[in-house]
Amino acid sequence: MPSLSPKSIHSIVESKGAALPINIREELYQKLLEYHKKYRLKKKEVEAIVKEAVEEYEGALIEPGEAVGTVAAQSMGEPSTQMTLNTFHYAGVAEINVTLGLPRIIELVDARKNPSTPIMMVYLDEEHRYDKKKAEEVARRIEGTTILNLAQSITTDIINLEIIVDIEPERLEKSGLTMEDIQKKLKSSFKTAEFEVDGYTLIVRPKKAEKLSDLRKIAEKVKSHRLKGLSGVNKTVVRPSGEEYVIYTEGSNFKQVLKVKGVDPTRTRTNNIHEIAEVLGVEAARNAIVEEIVNTMQEQGLEVDVRHIMLVADMMTLNGTVKAIGRHGIVGGKASVLARAAFEITTQHLFEAAERGESDPLSGVVENVLIGQPVPVGTGMVKLTMRLPIQPKEKE
Amino acid sequence: MHSIKKVIGKIEFGILAPQEIRKMSAAEITVPDTYDDDGYPIDGGLMDKRLGVIDPGLRCETCGARAGECPGHFGHIELARPVIHVGFAKTLFRVLQSTCRECGRILLTDEEIEEYMHKFEFAEGRRSEINRLIKEIHKKVKERKTCPHCGAPQFPIKFEKPTIYWETRIDEEGNEYKHRMMPSEVRDRLEKIPDKDLSLLGFHPENSRPEWMVLTVLPVPPVTTRPSITLENGVRAEDDLTHKLVDIIRINNRLKTNIEAGAPQLIIEDLWDLLQYHVTTYINNETSGVPAAKHKSGRPLKTLSQRLKGKEGRFRGNLSGKRVNFSARTVISPDPMISINEVGVPLAIAMELTIPEKVTEFNMEKLKKLISNGPDKYPGANYVIDPEGRRIRIMETNRETVLEMLDIGWTVERHLMDGDIVLFNRQPSLHRMSIMAHRVRVMPYKTFRLNLSVCPPYNADFDGDEMNLHVPQTEEAQAEARILMEVQNHIISPRYGGPLIGGIQDHISGGYLLTREGAYFTRLEVEQMLMFAGVDVDELPEPDRVEKGVEFWSGKTIFSLLLPKDLTIWYENKVGCKDKEKCEKLKKAIEEKLVLSDEEIRELSDDGFVYIRNGKLLSGVIDKKAYGREDGRLLDLIVKEYGTERGKQFLNQVTKLAIWVITHKGFTTAIDDEDLPQDAIERIREIIREAENNVNRLIQAYEMGELDAHPGKTLEETLESLIMQKLAEARDQAGDIASQYLGMGNHAVIMAKTGARGKILNITQMAAMLGQQSIRGKRLYRGYRGRVTTHFKPNDLGAEAKGFVVNSYKSGLTPTEYFFHAMGGREGLVDTAVRTAQSGYMQRRLINALQDLKVDYDGTVRDPSGIIVQFRYGEDGVDPMKSWGGKTLNVDRVIVRTLLKMRGE
Repeated sequence: MPSLSPKSIHSIVESKGAALPINIREELYQKLLEYHKKYRLKKKEVEAIVKEAVEEYEGALIEPGEAVGTVAAQSMGEPSTQMTLNTFHYAGVAEINVTLGLPRIIELVDARKNPSTPIMMVYLDEEHRYDKKKAEEVARRIEGTTILNLAQSITTDIINLEIIVDIEPERLEKSGLTMEDIQKKLKSSFKTAEFEVDGYTLIVRPKKAEKLSDLRKIAEKVKSHRLKGLSGVNKTVVRPSGEEYVIYTEGSNFKQVLKVKGVDPTRTRTNNIHEIAEVLGVEAARNAIVEEIVNTMQEQGLEVDVRHIMLVADMMTLNGTVKAIGRHGIVGGKASVLARAAFEITTQHLFEAAERGESDPLSGVVENVLIGQPVPVGTGMVKLTMRLPIQPKEKE
Repeated sequence: MHSIKKVIGKIEFGILAPQEIRKMSAAEITVPDTYDDDGYPIDGGLMDKRLGVIDPGLRCETCGARAGECPGHFGHIELARPVIHVGFAKTLFRVLQSTCRECGRILLTDEEIEEYMHKFEFAEGRRSEINRLIKEIHKKVKERKTCPHCGAPQFPIKFEKPTIYWETRIDEEGNEYKHRMMPSEVRDRLEKIPDKDLSLLGFHPENSRPEWMVLTVLPVPPVTTRPSITLENGVRAEDDLTHKLVDIIRINNRLKTNIEAGAPQLIIEDLWDLLQYHVTTYINNETSGVPAAKHKSGRPLKTLSQRLKGKEGRFRGNLSGKRVNFSARTVISPDPMISINEVGVPLAIAMELTIPEKVTEFNMEKLKKLISNGPDKYPGANYVIDPEGRRIRIMETNRETVLEMLDIGWTVERHLMDGDIVLFNRQPSLHRMSIMAHRVRVMPYKTFRLNLSVCPPYNADFDGDEMNLHVPQTEEAQAEARILMEVQNHIISPRYGGPLIGGIQDHISGGYLLTREGAYFTRLEVEQMLMFAGVDVDELPEPDRVEKGVEFWSGKTIFSLLLPKDLTIWYENKVGCKDKEKCEKLKKAIEEKLVLSDEEIRELSDDGFVYIRNGKLLSGVIDKKAYGREDGRLLDLIVKEYGTERGKQFLNQVTKLAIWVITHKGFTTAIDDEDLPQDAIERIREIIREAENNVNRLIQAYEMGELDAHPGKTLEETLESLIMQKLAEARDQAGDIASQYLGMGNHAVIMAKTGARGKILNITQMAAMLGQQSIRGKRLYRGYRGRVTTHFKPNDLGAEAKGFVVNSYKSGLTPTEYFFHAMGGREGLVDTAVRTAQSGYMQRRLINALQDLKVDYDGTVRDPSGIIVQFRYGEDGVDPMKSWGGKTLNVDRVIVRTLLKMRGE
């Protein structure tokens, strides 16, 4: 018997396995080639395998009516009872803390505008990728530096109404700034004060300071004024990852970092979902939600099928913006008055419904539970009713 | 009974108009009292018989029905002066700001009206969009100083919570002054707003007009919704709502007489405000800024809003979740002898719970027997229901007549019997496996009995747990429970596509004892264990060994009897290979040839690598990876390829077999399992000494200033992390030494290695040392200034001073160590308590957000309004429960399985 050619295997897979998704067909073909090398498959066998694959795939399809939402919610909720609380872990970099475990999941599901520990992984372009020096150069461009970061001590002189800042020379050097730079920067931003530089000492003299509280106010502002880098990015760490160097940042400013010279914008990422939604769009945000939840679950050693997480993420991003799972997000936007009233802030929803003259179409699950009717999922979805003869016809 | 039920299609919400309230009212209530001295309802009082009756013996004067049958009827109170409805006070403020004080038109130009009308049409059905538009209009309009329609000047209005409105007017001289708008004035203004402008303000003119938010008539809810309770001493206690209504009527009457008597304006306004207060608290007794109305005892009254709100309120407490009949609850206890899909029901409960069974010509005799047994003799029946739906209790006295009357078409409510389907539940019901259907097994004693394998899905143990049982009453419900909810349908978890129900603890240790190398059994033993496990074999296989005429069977051979005859699988098990190379060779050989010869197997077989060929266990020992939960490969395969029924059978048999083996071989763990030889103890001590020295060196370096801070950390943090590292190393080393001396002859080790219970770490802690105790990932530091307990010098950074426990559970902890250990343990307890609350709320939100999603017939996932959430469920349409650990298709398995089928021996 002539040996099967890869081409004929391919054609069998394509023709008999048309019902399979494309990536599975490809996988099946590759695997068949592999096994063919080992076992010398016959045509009949290949056909049988493909047939079996199709049968198994079709048998594994989800059934219509399955309450996938509830299953997804349970599959995410149930293991979360086993998660640890408040684990601050290290994202491969010892210096940067990341919220993980249950708090992180809640944060994601809540779609918080400001996650408690935003971080970025900044990948670099060809030029800066392989050289630590060059990578650090980019990192310096990214890292937000303020007087506070550089100062050794900050004292307020109450008598002369001045603020005296001692800059630490080492840190100054590391940041790539000079005292003149600082003075210039501050001068251009603060019209209400004068700045004097004396060696490594910076003296801030407000032009109009009658009260001590004014002085304090200005001191606060000057302290946290950004001299260089991106706002929100506090700390950068350069770490080798495989062959290249990657910059990890504490704090995130995704929009700006993509514009920084030397950054590879195609691979750089942040863990702030809203920033992703804003810069790259909801689809990217959806993927980011899935990935973040999967990673958090994995880190805790909990197995949850992606399909459940995808459904949660799809629901959160359904209308083009990232919505939270909760009263201000998805539940709050439900069409059903009863569903909203049964969740939280009952009376307000009822008053509002009365005011607007709303009507509840009773198409969801809770509404029907409330009024005592079958729910429209699973076996309750079937609309067809048949009148059967109540008693068998008498035999003649 | 057989007619198609009426279905509620939709529910409309709206505000009752005064005319409507009067129309639906059965009586005007004017007397602020309930019963007269004889305990008879007063006419025109709050318990007026026209509003329905609650006392037995009285008849409702509106519908003529008796108490219990009459649903109750509304009455009404004519308010002497209008009052604001608190729930709408904010809306009224918005409406007042948005409309002209003269002509009542909305303060938008005609073009703007046109434009917004358009936008509203477009936003139909999208709540957030409508909310946005309403807000936008309000913002735009409240700044307008003159009306674009009649040109009248507008004055700014202030809203003082909860129900007072001020208008800043300008008098003739141009001075500003504040004018309080009484509700009647507010109402007059609202009446002028034309219908067409209302929709722009978010109203639905037919169902809700703003002036209806100012109450002139107050509906009085039926007596049945606020029944009075008679206490033991015969004193009647009225419902909170009745109390509140009494207050309202009393003030209302006083206000009325004062107005009629022409009392001064000041007095009238005071009374008016008082009426407003009472109506406000009647609607919501938790309005901010309003002191809550109190009961005589000082307890705040539970008025309308409070009845609806919160966890115990009408919505969450009575409508989303209901109390049910035909249910039972008691303590659970284990029973390894019943099947996983059975539940042992105490006889007392079985005689209380009933199943309605229709009388047919086939079951007539059986049911008659049950009826003659009556309710007190098992198996019996408690009630019969005649074709008209009348329920007759079976008693000693009427037993004979019932038996005579019984005919086809009747229904008998018989006791619960073996084989009936029931739902079994343990709270918290975190996933769908928390409620599963079991078959009844009526048993003596008073606890529910369940198979140990179903403990994980319920998360149950037997330290006093109680569980609930529900009996589905209709045939549809029973059929659904049977098809969808039975235990064997939930062996595989939809969460990760692997087994959730499986062998636990002794089942696994037993499996190991049975199948490990060198485990042989005599004919007597084999016959006993197979009998015990319920395995039906016609003939025993050939013995594996014959010694002095005595036949011996290996455990592997016996185990193979439980497997499907054409099952082939290979995997590295949890125990793992001692000789990695040998396993690799075996794996390669299997993959190369698919079918190995007996000699090859004999040569390559290893307890660490399982090879099952055509239902014969040829190599490897059975452990958690075979049929344990989460990673039971074998169980997973049997359920997926041979069906749930076969999976159930396998699990039942294998667990029983393992239990037989473990009871007859004997398996204990005791303090001597943690005995280490003297030289091991010496070595561990050496490690501890070494670690402490290391730590002291680090501290010295730190104190001398020789330590370099890690980037991004302070010096102290660096020191801490280095110390932690050293101490963790020390414990690991101690553990390694301990496990070197403890082999597979040690039962604790068997349990840890096979995955039956515990980890090697637990053995280390028992035998070698506990190691560093920590709180929030840091060494202990709280307590006194600079030290944790007073047994140490302040600022001692050494290992022992900060929670390093060098002793083991066996050697015993020193007093200080004991406290350190308790500190670490406490953190765990607090953590769990906090976590359950947090994750519970998160799950409630998730469920509420996602519960309406379902897969449609076209494979899309849609929400109830038909919006597509996913075009194909999970991007490939595969049910995670039916997938191999989440994979769309296990291609390798399909190929191997088909090839084996076609090429097999």
